[in-house]
Amino acid sequence: MAERERKMTRPFGGVFVARTSVMSADDIDRAIWRMSHEIIEHNHGVDNVVVVGLQTGGVPLAERIGEAMVEITGRDVPFGTIDVALHRDDIGIRPVMPEEVTSIPCDLLNKVVVLIDDVLFTGRTIRAALDALTTFGRPRSVQLAVMVDRGHRELPIRPDYVGKNIPTRRDEVVDVTLDGVQLGEMRK
Amino acid sequence: MSPKHLLSIDDLGRDWIEEILRLTDSFAEVSARPIPKVPALRGKNIAWLFYEDSTRTRLSFETAAKRLSADTMNFSVSSSSVNKGESLRDTCLTISAMGVDAIVVRHKSAGVPWQIAKWIDASIINAGDGWHQHPTQALLDCYTLTQKFGSLDGRHIAIVGDIKHSRVARSDIAAFTALGAEVTIVAPQTLMPPSLEGWNCKVSHDLDAVLPTVDAVYLLRMQLERQQEALVPSLREYTAGYGLTDERLEHLGANTLIMHPGPMNRGVEISQKAADDPRSAVTQQVANGVSVRMAVLFLLLGNNGSDSHPNAPRPNDQGPNEGIL
Repeated sequence: MAERERKMTRPFGGVFVARTSVMSADDIDRAIWRMSHEIIEHNHGVDNVVVVGLQTGGVPLAERIGEAMVEITGRDVPFGTIDVALHRDDIGIRPVMPEEVTSIPCDLLNKVVVLIDDVLFTGRTIRAALDALTTFGRPRSVQLAVMVDRGHRELPIRPDYVGKNIPTRRDEVVDVTLDGVQLGEMRK
Repeated sequence: MSPKHLLSIDDLGRDWIEEILRLTDSFAEVSARPIPKVPALRGKNIAWLFYEDSTRTRLSFETAAKRLSADTMNFSVSSSSVNKGESLRDTCLTISAMGVDAIVVRHKSAGVPWQIAKWIDASIINAGDGWHQHPTQALLDCYTLTQKFGSLDGRHIAIVGDIKHSRVARSDIAAFTALGAEVTIVAPQTLMPPSLEGWNCKVSHDLDAVLPTVDAVYLLRMQLERQQEALVPSLREYTAGYGLTDERLEHLGANTLIMHPGPMNRGVEISQKAADDPRSAVTQQVANGVSVRMAVLFLLLGNNGSDSHPNAPRPNDQGPNEGIL
């Protein structure tokens, strides 16, 4: 099984050691197209829709979904990224550092924001993202798309679009790239 | 482990300077938001302890703290118990007893921030101690330079003027050279420090010879309040020899950055025209000051791990609780 270096807030991260492969690159690709269609269907097109990827894992997925939506509809879809570190609720409990610079392309007033992340786990990152979005205006609605929903929610948050539901143990690590999804653990 | 105090540039080293500059990008983005406020330092209390006059540094720190949602305590010497003879130590212990997470201190004597760091437990940030250090100024200067040039490796920066009395010069030289730049200090002999031993820079007394070789020229404030010491024959003579005059401005390279820590004496170290020239980064420096100070406050106060939250739960799946790096 594959190993890969995972970049996370220091001193976290390290080498991810995969145990099981749960989605292939083709599976990811099919999920991206299906979710893109679902987002367009649900919103009756892409009017006022803004795609926002969560740094850092959600950004490549958001780029692909945004591109797919453009290809399907032939319309422009504004694309942004957001780093939620400064809005997290665990600042002071564990080291938290912004990794990338947030970039929101337009005022979010009355827009439909589709947040995109790789893995939905406790829901705390999404809570932070919802908080961060309010500093850019008041969206008409916020929807959530994730490639993997692994359960163990600690907050009342649910996804609107899911690539795959994967039951996990709390101590497992789910690693999502465009090449596939693997279950495993971090080697310190 | 992220640093607890910011006392001197020398404590940081290249890695931490670069980390602060990297973080500053994120805080500059926060400042550009429609609502420029993040909850990162909610519940943290920061006290300003300014024994010396300041407008931009203090306002800059105050803005930075508010954008991070920290609470601030103001302390101005003129209206405090210092006038009743309270000692520095007692003042610090009093502020500390009210519960502060950080004290930003400016004092006319070198070394005061170190002394306070020994007395109390809060993070201490040096906002200028005598002629000695002014680390946040140096960091914002580095940020301004990297915005223009990317890396400072191999760049040449001239620092011109009253080097002797300048804490900005001392911090800047340390910071610029740590990032790989070469620094030349330019001043009449009377405004040079008594000894240049250990100073990591070149020395010149001829501004016109240095200017064609520099990527940035950093003009220091001519400290007019010290003119009774007669360190220069007259301000006009100083301007003729070491000021960025209209004539020198014309011969300055098209990509040379003009910098000044403020407040400017227009017509003395910098001409009216030079101050407002497109190559002047003076207002950029002020804007960057807020973002850099946000990064510094967040680095010192946002990463203390369980130290700052003694009752906070420590989830066992969160990994080790040391600082970063």
